[in-house]
Amino acid sequence: MSVLPAAPPAASAERLSPVGEVALLVRRMGAMCLVELQKLRHDRTELVTRTIQPALWLIVFGTTFSRIHAIPTGSTPYLDFLAPGILAQSALFIAIFYGIQVIWERDAGVLAKLLVTPTPRTALVTSKAFAAGIRALVQALVVVVIALLLGVGITLNPAKWVAAAAVVVLGSAFFCCLSITLAGVVLSRDRLMGIGQAITMPLFFASNALYPVEVMPTWLQWINHVNPLSYEVDALRGLLVGTPARLGLDAVVLVVAAVVMISVASALLPRLARG
Amino acid sequence: MTDTVHAVTDPVRTRGLRYAFGDHVAVDGLDLALHPGEVFGLLGPNGAGKTTTIRVITTLLPAPPGTVTVAGLDVARHRRQVRRLLGYVPQQLSADGSLTGRENVALFARLFDLPRRDRAGAVDGVLDAMGLTEAADRTASTYSGGMVRRLELAQALVSAPQVLVLDEPTVGLDPVARSGVWDRIHEVRRETGMTVLVTTHAMEEAELHCDRVALLHRGTKRAEGTPAELTAALGRVGGVPATLDDVFRHHTGDTLAQAAGEGSMRDVRTARRTARRVG
Repeated sequence: MSVLPAAPPAASAERLSPVGEVALLVRRMGAMCLVELQKLRHDRTELVTRTIQPALWLIVFGTTFSRIHAIPTGSTPYLDFLAPGILAQSALFIAIFYGIQVIWERDAGVLAKLLVTPTPRTALVTSKAFAAGIRALVQALVVVVIALLLGVGITLNPAKWVAAAAVVVLGSAFFCCLSITLAGVVLSRDRLMGIGQAITMPLFFASNALYPVEVMPTWLQWINHVNPLSYEVDALRGLLVGTPARLGLDAVVLVVAAVVMISVASALLPRLARG
Repeated sequence: MTDTVHAVTDPVRTRGLRYAFGDHVAVDGLDLALHPGEVFGLLGPNGAGKTTTIRVITTLLPAPPGTVTVAGLDVARHRRQVRRLLGYVPQQLSADGSLTGRENVALFARLFDLPRRDRAGAVDGVLDAMGLTEAADRTASTYSGGMVRRLELAQALVSAPQVLVLDEPTVGLDPVARSGVWDRIHEVRRETGMTVLVTTHAMEEAELHCDRVALLHRGTKRAEGTPAELTAALGRVGGVPATLDDVFRHHTGDTLAQAAGEGSMRDVRTARRTARRVG
C-alpha cells in the first residue's frame, strides 16, 4: 500500500503564547484565502455574473446622472464620485451572502469537519471573513478596470491602491461576519436569503455611495453615520479619487466594526453548527 | 488499578456520559472503552444517541468534565489537543465540489499545521492510499459517491490521527462503493494501527467489519461485545444462528426497523439531505 503519514504530529499545548496564537490565526487565514482563490480559478462564472450589476450602475446610472448634473458633487465629476461607491457596493453584495455559504457548509457537514480541526472558532470566523475580503478584492479589481475604461480619474499611486485594498478587505470582513451572525440567529438558508435581500439595498441607499451626505434628509444622515458602508466609501473615495476624507476615522471605525462583528459571529458559530 | 491504566491508554473512553437537548435525553449514562487499534461500532437506529455520542467525543458538543477522554485527555478541558488526535468523517458527503481532490486534502493538511516540507508528500500519500491519485486534480463535483467518501477519508487521514471517527460512512452508497470504503478503512488500520470508531445502523456491515460493537437504543447501551460473542450468546433464533439484528431485538424488544421509525425529524432530514447529495 502507499505511504500514509506514520505518526501524528506532536500534540500542541491547549493554549499557545499570544505570538503563537497570532501565527496560527495568520496560517488559518492564509489557508482559507487560498481556498477562495482556488475556487475562483476553477469557476469564474460568478466573477463574470457579478460584474454585470456594477457595470450597469457605472455605465447606465453613472453616465446618465453625470449628464443631468442632478447630484451636487462639487468639482468632482459624478462618475468619479460614484465609482468608489459602486466598488464598495460590489464588495458588500459578495460579503453579505457569506452566511448562506456557512449554512450550506453546516448542512453539508463541512462546518463540522472544520470545527474538529485544531482551529479556534475565532480563527475560523476571521479566516472566513478575510476569505470574503479576498473574493471581494478580485471583484473590486474588475470594477476598477471598468471605471478606468469609463475615464474615471482613479489614482495610479500603488500605496493608495494597497490602502484601498485593505479598506475593501476590512469592509467585507465586517459584512461577512454580519452575515454569519444573522445565520447564527436564523439558522436557515431561506430566511437568511430574505434578510440579506432586505438589508443590502437599505445599507446601500443609507450610505454616501450614490450621493453626498449633505443632500440627505437629517434622519438619513443619522443612519449614514452608523453605517460602516459609508466609512468604507469615504475611505475609498479619498484614496482612489482624492476627495477630502477622514481616513483615520474611517480606518478606526472599520477595524473596530470588523473586530466586534468577528467576536459576535464567533460566539454564535457553535449555535450555528448545532442548528 | 485496571481502570486507572485504561483511563490513560484507551484511545476513547466515556464514563457515565449523559447528554440532553432540553428535556430530551439523547445519551444516558454511556460507558465505553475502545481498545487501541480496533474497529469499534456504535450500532442503533436513528435517534439511538450514536451521532450525539460522536459529536461529544469530537468536541462538536460540549462534554461534561471528566466523562470523555481521548488518549487520556479530558475532552472538556483539552479540546484543541484532542482535535489534533482525531480524524473525523461526518455523515454527509462533505467534500467541497468546487475544489479538486488534492486541494480538498491540502486544506486539511494546512489546518492541521503539517510542515510545508512534508505537506505535498502527505497529501499524495493519502490520495494514493485511497485510490484517488488519477482523479486528484479533478474537481470533487465530478466524483462518484464512493470516491467522495474516500476523499473524505483522505482528508481525515492526512494528519495521521490516532482515532478515526466515522459517522455512518457508507450511508447512501451502493454495495460496490461500500465495500471499497471498508477495504480502505481496513488497509489504513492495518498499516497505521489507528483506532476506528464507526456508527452505523447496518447490522450486517457491523457484523462483517467491526471487532467489537455496542448496541445503543434510546440513549442507553443495551449490549457490548464482539459480534460473534453477542450472536453466540443468543444461540439460534427460529432454527438458524442468531444475527446482530436478533441480538438487537432481544435486548430492546424492537426490531431495528421498528426502532428506526422512532428516529427524530432531524435524523430524517439529515438522511434525506445525504441521499440528495449522493443522488
